Amino acid sequence: MIKIENITKHFGRFRALNNLSIELNKGECIALIGPNGCGKTTLIKSILGMVLPELGTIKFDGKSIKNDNEYRKHIGYMPQIGRYPENMTIGQVIEMIKGIRNHTNDLDTELYEKFEIEKMLNKKMRTLSGGTTQKVSAVLAFMFQSKVFILDEPTAGLDPISSEILKNKIIDAKNKGCLILITSHLLSELDDLVTQIVFMQEGKLILHENVEILKEKTGEATIAKSIIHLLKTQRA
Amino acid sequence: MIRVLKYVALDILKNKIIIAYTIMLALFAWSAFSLEDNESKGVLTVLNIVLLTVPLVSILFSTIYIYNSSEFIELLISNPVNRGMVWKALFIGLSLSMVTAYIVGVGIPLLLFANFATAIMMVATGIMLSMIFVSVAFLCSMFTRDKAKGIGVSIMLWLYFALLFDGIVLFLFFQFADYPIEKIVVILSALSPVDLSRILILLKLDVSAMLGFSGAIFQNYFGSNWGLVLSFALLGLWIAVPFAISLRKFKKKDL
Repeated sequence: MIKIENITKHFGRFRALNNLSIELNKGECIALIGPNGCGKTTLIKSILGMVLPELGTIKFDGKSIKNDNEYRKHIGYMPQIGRYPENMTIGQVIEMIKGIRNHTNDLDTELYEKFEIEKMLNKKMRTLSGGTTQKVSAVLAFMFQSKVFILDEPTAGLDPISSEILKNKIIDAKNKGCLILITSHLLSELDDLVTQIVFMQEGKLILHENVEILKEKTGEATIAKSIIHLLKTQRA
Repeated sequence: MIRVLKYVALDILKNKIIIAYTIMLALFAWSAFSLEDNESKGVLTVLNIVLLTVPLVSILFSTIYIYNSSEFIELLISNPVNRGMVWKALFIGLSLSMVTAYIVGVGIPLLLFANFATAIMMVATGIMLSMIFVSVAFLCSMFTRDKAKGIGVSIMLWLYFALLFDGIVLFLFFQFADYPIEKIVVILSALSPVDLSRILILLKLDVSAMLGFSGAIFQNYFGSNWGLVLSFALLGLWIAVPFAISLRKFKKKDL
């Protein structure tokens, strides 16, 4: 569904992505993991067209995303740190995105209801706590019945109940056959969600494997342990 | 495009600075015309105020507005919206509000008090000046990510166009007064949109006779129909070129 071929991106002299190729397919829930600054967010932003790689191509459903923006209709994106116009209220932001997407009927309002956004519609974005901003981002990402969900640290800052609601929503989307790309540092949270693991380091793809195969290979029961096992054997 | 423009326009309107700017311009214009007994003097007073404030407010407000909209821009870009469209919508939104403020604030009293040809010329050049400095602001904001630096650059550019450039031309004029430098001065003046606007308006007033020999030369170059077309083409370039450069940079920018 998303095919990335040999992309390279520098920020000044720092190489954020180094000749990276990867294919992400429908129905998978893929965890993107790696140390801080390994290029996860850059990769995600490249898929969204917010960062433009110097080399390589990214294809969405077989079409290059260069000079295209319609493909973003199919993506629900939840940023790591949601940045919203400060003087707008939650209600205005939601209305604006609805208007811009021109997608007003058959909206998915499950998260909107479960997070009780209705009660806070008149709050200004700048007064929100980190967790509430995360909730708004989640509501916006899941509102438009997208085929692909890109979630950058979705549960960071959320309280345990909201986190659970969001996780269930992600599992639902996976069961519907959507492609889900998650980055997270909380490996234990990913256990019941993901089907594939992508491990990146210094802008390079180190590993792209099915979870079951990975667990079998390393002989460990959880993702966290198998990754640590793998890192240790790699270093040795 | 229209959808994006709608949200930009709404956002600018909510910002009450534009309304304050309109009221301020109107106050200046109305008081200038009611204090001076002769309309030509009134126009001159308004002209001097307009040539200082219009560029300043246009460039400063636009630069700050663009920097403050970085979140808004980012949010739009992660949705199915064309990058170029976002930038153009911002430009049209800002230009429209600056131009409307100018027409309401200065245009109406001008049309009421001054003679028609002068008023039309001054409204036209004011509209061009507003848009030119919005366009320059877009260019400034693309040069650096640092807000303070960007605003600093735009203030410097305003100082240069509104005060320094004049000074330089005057200095040359006096230093080389013994040589036939009128043609060079004409070319130099055409390089600054503020000076070009000033000359275009002065030529419509009877005070241009006071400019003496250089006034006659200006009349020769800018007073003819061709001169007028050329001058407005130059002003048009001042709008188009900075914006086009900023658009190219914006399309390649990492957000």
